[in-house]
Amino acid sequence: MGTHAMEQAAGATTVPTQTGLLIIGASQSGVQLAVSLRALGFDEHITLLGDEDHRPYQRPALSKEFLQGTVESESLIFRSNEYWAEHNVDLVKGEYIARIDKEADGSGVAHASSGREVPFKRLALTVGARARKLDTEGADLDGVLYLRNADDALALKARVGDATDVVVIGGGFIGLEAASSLQKMGKNVTVLEYGPRLVGRAVGEETAEYFLAAHRSRGLDIRLNTSAARFTPADGGTSVAAVELKDGTVLPAQIVLIGIGVIPNTQLAEQLGLDVDNGVVVDRFALASDGTTVAVGDVANMPNPVPGSEPGERIRLESVNNAIEHAKVAAYSLTGRREEYAGIPWFWSNQADLKLQIAGLCNGFDQTVLRRDEARGKFSVLYYRQGQVIAADCVNAPLDFMAVKNALAKGQNIPADAAADPATQLKTITTDS
Amino acid sequence: MPTVHFTDAEGAVRDVEGNVGDSVMETAVRNGVPGIVAECGGSLSCATCHVFVREDCVSQLPPMEDMEDEMLYGTAVDREDNSRLSCQLRLTDELELFVTTPESQV
Ligand SMILES: Cc1cc2nc3c(=O)[nH]c(=O)nc-3n(C[C@H](O)[C@H](O)[C@H](O)COP(=O)(O)OP(=O)(O)OC[C@H]3O[C@@H](n4cnc5c(N)ncnc54)[C@H](O)[C@@H]3O)c2cc1C
Ligand code: FES
Repeated sequence: MGTHAMEQAAGATTVPTQTGLLIIGASQSGVQLAVSLRALGFDEHITLLGDEDHRPYQRPALSKEFLQGTVESESLIFRSNEYWAEHNVDLVKGEYIARIDKEADGSGVAHASSGREVPFKRLALTVGARARKLDTEGADLDGVLYLRNADDALALKARVGDATDVVVIGGGFIGLEAASSLQKMGKNVTVLEYGPRLVGRAVGEETAEYFLAAHRSRGLDIRLNTSAARFTPADGGTSVAAVELKDGTVLPAQIVLIGIGVIPNTQLAEQLGLDVDNGVVVDRFALASDGTTVAVGDVANMPNPVPGSEPGERIRLESVNNAIEHAKVAAYSLTGRREEYAGIPWFWSNQADLKLQIAGLCNGFDQTVLRRDEARGKFSVLYYRQGQVIAADCVNAPLDFMAVKNALAKGQNIPADAAADPATQLKTITTDS
Repeated sequence: MPTVHFTDAEGAVRDVEGNVGDSVMETAVRNGVPGIVAECGGSLSCATCHVFVREDCVSQLPPMEDMEDEMLYGTAVDREDNSRLSCQLRLTDELELFVTTPESQV
């Protein structure tokens, strides 16, 4: 397989490297891909390579427990070094792949910006996404920060001690999580959201409104339909000191945290000539348009895996659960099997004492059912399409979440009329539809 | 050093030494013990870190909070009296814990 390309590659490197699968991007998707491949008995060499200087770690805590200082960085590490060694996986940190030469059979050589060359027989792109940047005036001031990776989180933590006022730009999941964490740490936090509601289209109207009211009642200053005109330093300084809004209002801010979404890292795929459209376009088996490269996780634009979804509909999901399930699909592909995406997409977001769990995808719903238990602080919205439950947003309501997730996984239904009574356990009214 | 003995549904045993303060889930995942998925990394959102605790060890563990209790109703393999979510179990000095992992977590 690919001997011609391999010989060329070997000639170009000074240190002969074991060749096999090269996974570019050592995070949630890349780690799961390597782990799943070994579990399936894949016995070729694996190089798991990433540009960050840290051992692969879990991102979700960066805006939550890690920011608040309630977990140690060591807890975020996916696997021990011994695990990688025992499983014949070469973990390469701190190497950014700038260019790839690839043969028609799928083999080739990846060139790092350091000059290092990594030959491969097969390629996996698990390069994820990067924070979308804001080009507002003053966005290059010190203290104007983003939160996508561990270095971002460390930079934020380093500034938090000296800050009293923080302006968070973007009322999406990451913005709200970070805002809640910073508020809990005693900061005076204002959230600016450009749109008319929180969390964009990831949740329905009722959930967005619930979060708005819940955060405001906990003292978080949230301003909808609001954007920053410029970030300004104190006289003669290089650090941000204030945010000026379009209406002239000036908010003091020693930290501006921007969370306005992410952009998939498609540079390498584009250079390889793979189909790219809001991510690397892959088929149901995580294969890119060349038929050999797999692309997984935040970077992949895939056919909607949910049973019953519109034929031809495509989605790019940004979640831990998707990274894991999609990596499993890719692992099967790389071992010559064809297995479709299993399981129902789910997501979580923890903000202050609000524990949101989402089961399924609410795209295309035509009916919602609200379940509210004010006394116990529970709130759920079930989404229906033509009478069939397709998703649920559940706040502090794990029983509802679990009932909907399990029903969806088994192709069952939870009739809307019966679901409306919050005293009824959803599990008890689930029917085979 | 605290030690956790993981027995899988087929009866295979893995003994793993852990660090005081780490959770049983972290100890398992970092060392690649199969049978613990732990999608949410310990934030009590996924219920894929379910274990059955050997009866004589149950009393060594902290009592469970409401959220863990509710999450346990949604595990892939039904809960039993000795069910816990392993991300909520912290290793203490000299702890010797015997747990069995369920046949499936998802
Ligand atoms: C702060 C934060 C909180 C989150 N909270 C949640 C949550 O509560 N629940 C949830 O489900 N999801 C959450 N997520 C989303 C989740 O973390 C992502 O969906 C997941 O990390 C995607 O994994 P991935 O491996 O596909 O991509 P990424 O995690 O983006 O990893 C891609 C890796 O590839 C590297 N890379 C890119 N290009 C190159 C190159 N050319 N050469 C070498 N390396 C390269 C990147 O540096 C990165 O390390 C959160 C994300 C963030 C940032
Ligand atoms: S790891 Fe998710 S609930 Fe324990």
